[in-house]
Amino acid sequence: MTEIRLNNVLKSYGQVEVIHGIDLHVESGEFVVFVGPSGCGKSTLLRIIAGLEKVSGGDVVIDGDVVNAIPASERGLAMVFQSYALYPHMSVYKNMAFGLENSRMPRSEIESRVNDAAAMLQITPYLNRRPKALSGGQRQRVAIGRAIVRDPKAFLFDEPLSNLDAELRVAMRKELAALHAKLGGTMIYVTHDQIEAMTLANKIVVLNAGRVEQIGAPLDLYNAPINTFVAGFIGSPRMNLIEAEVVGDDGGVALQVGGQRIAIPAQEGIAPGQKVTFGARPEHMAIVGEGEGDITASVDLTEQLGGETYVYCTADGLPQLTVHQVGQLPVHRGETVHLRLNRSSMHLFAADGGVIVNGFKA
Amino acid sequence: MAGTSTMNDRSVTRFLTARRGGASMHWTDVFSYIYLALGVALMFGPVVWLALSSFKTPAGLQEFPPTLLPLGQIERQVEGYDDPLPMFEVTMEDGSVRELAQVRRIGIIAQMVDPDDPGETIKVPIANRKPIREFRVAWENYTKPLERFNFLTYLNNSVIVTTAATLVTLLINSMAAFGLAIYEFRGRSAVMLFVIGTLMIPITIILVPAYLVVTQLGMVNSLWAVILPGAATPTGVFLLRQYMLTIPRDLIEAARMDKASEWSIYWRIVLPLSLPAIAVLAIFSVMWRWNDFLWPLIVLNRSEVYTLQIGLNAFQGELDVQWHYVLAMTVVALIPVTLVFAFLQRFITTGIASSGMK
Repeated sequence: MTEIRLNNVLKSYGQVEVIHGIDLHVESGEFVVFVGPSGCGKSTLLRIIAGLEKVSGGDVVIDGDVVNAIPASERGLAMVFQSYALYPHMSVYKNMAFGLENSRMPRSEIESRVNDAAAMLQITPYLNRRPKALSGGQRQRVAIGRAIVRDPKAFLFDEPLSNLDAELRVAMRKELAALHAKLGGTMIYVTHDQIEAMTLANKIVVLNAGRVEQIGAPLDLYNAPINTFVAGFIGSPRMNLIEAEVVGDDGGVALQVGGQRIAIPAQEGIAPGQKVTFGARPEHMAIVGEGEGDITASVDLTEQLGGETYVYCTADGLPQLTVHQVGQLPVHRGETVHLRLNRSSMHLFAADGGVIVNGFKA
Repeated sequence: MAGTSTMNDRSVTRFLTARRGGASMHWTDVFSYIYLALGVALMFGPVVWLALSSFKTPAGLQEFPPTLLPLGQIERQVEGYDDPLPMFEVTMEDGSVRELAQVRRIGIIAQMVDPDDPGETIKVPIANRKPIREFRVAWENYTKPLERFNFLTYLNNSVIVTTAATLVTLLINSMAAFGLAIYEFRGRSAVMLFVIGTLMIPITIILVPAYLVVTQLGMVNSLWAVILPGAATPTGVFLLRQYMLTIPRDLIEAARMDKASEWSIYWRIVLPLSLPAIAVLAIFSVMWRWNDFLWPLIVLNRSEVYTLQIGLNAFQGELDVQWHYVLAMTVVALIPVTLVFAFLQRFITTGIASSGMK
């Protein structure tokens, strides 16, 4: 059981600073996912924890010890690489045993550990094969097995599923969740796929341009994003974010955008004349009858998936809106629809992107 | 078994008569075959000529016009003569052709006898006779130097020099290449440029200083004097380093995560993955060392430490070159390099390093 702490970690390559002071606390046994767009520094952060990159400032603390000067080989962590990084000239068994041989473990112990891990990952039949004779999913298991046998302080995963096809990715995702439940070790997982983040994590760290945007449990990020970036990044399809202006509206306030006016409950921190961004998730918009809606829009495209329907529509002065409805919806291209926003799950952000309110109280 | 061999024959035949397609040969097929045949003749011709000539007697080598195959004149024991006499095909004045043995030759007239009727001597103008020859191999070209000269010692020395030097070369060049490929440090490119830069200094320039160093170290007339000075080659470092750069960094990092020491990353990860490049360098090194002449000639002065190439030089006197021995021993000297190439060439394929990665 291992806890990992980052204290104001900085990383720069020459003059270019890529990680701008990150503080993070990974608790023992936690499954933490770093998520963010490409180039946000999530892989760099993982490599800093692994010891493959040196910090330019700040401290990496593992179990209370500052490990800044300790090389990767002595940090006791295991890493699964995006490319799997299996040693092509060694059999699967040798691949898994390599780390144990390096720590001068007795042969019998190595054998039992490798066999146990192989059985757990169902790769026993392939132990004598070379990596090139394995499929992508099998290679992935070997890479995970290589990490497991070491019984490391923590597991680090660097986009481990991104080379797999969609179906296998879903299956491996479940297996990883099961593995964490079984092993219970501290795991840090890097991905750009927010679905992986939502499904696997105890705690998600949303990174953007070398900074932490928000840290929290998956549903906390979903329900209460701290700014427009997190609001837009977490959730699929992404939240509708619309820039509007606050106007007075007979006693209350309303959001004015294009030709549409959306009445909202009065709220501390907003005043008429202010520029704001409001957000509504596709599933929090309902198609209602004439006169009940907030926005009148025309349908551009519908995606009928059987169990659910996505409607893409445009309204005067608004960007394209995505609406998600359960079930099959008899809506067609060109049709006019009336959309009602669920006030209790609407998000309002200030012009600088920071949240004003996540869900109006009725 | 027979089935397999016919299968092979068929496929070889098919390979050698492959066409673009279609029923008859296209002009490009003809062109290709002519071109390829020319290439084969150009590459193989000299080697075949060397091998065939190495079986010729000194007289056979001097002959003009030269024959392709090693031929020897048939001789017969004739009654009344102590030595066997050479046989000739003689066109008689009446136009008939007879096989006669030559007793002696005086000017342009040869005195000949019929081996079946040795009593009568026939005088024949030498223009009318033609030697009868058969395919005959002069094995003595090979056996004599091996027995009489210290050829086995030379061979042995060459094998020791080549093996030891190749092993040392591979070890230290791969270590240098590892350092220059895997680690990133300030001045890495400068060091690499410096290493490559030494390629531009011809051996003739460093010959004297290198000889002085070797003398100071007391290595003259020992095989180490040949093995050590050339062990670190810029070509080898460059070749291996460029190959090692293609090894995915993830593998090195995975090994670091696997608690591997830097030595075991080198020995157990990078070296096995660089095998194709190592094989190429091994072939080069073997060829360089085996064929090396100038440096051994300078530092090896006693015949018991001669390498093959220096030994071959011994057949070349100031006034007389024993071509039959030179040719035969050249063939012997070619064999090991050929074998090494045959066995290592299958390693000269790339892609081993990348196959385990997606």
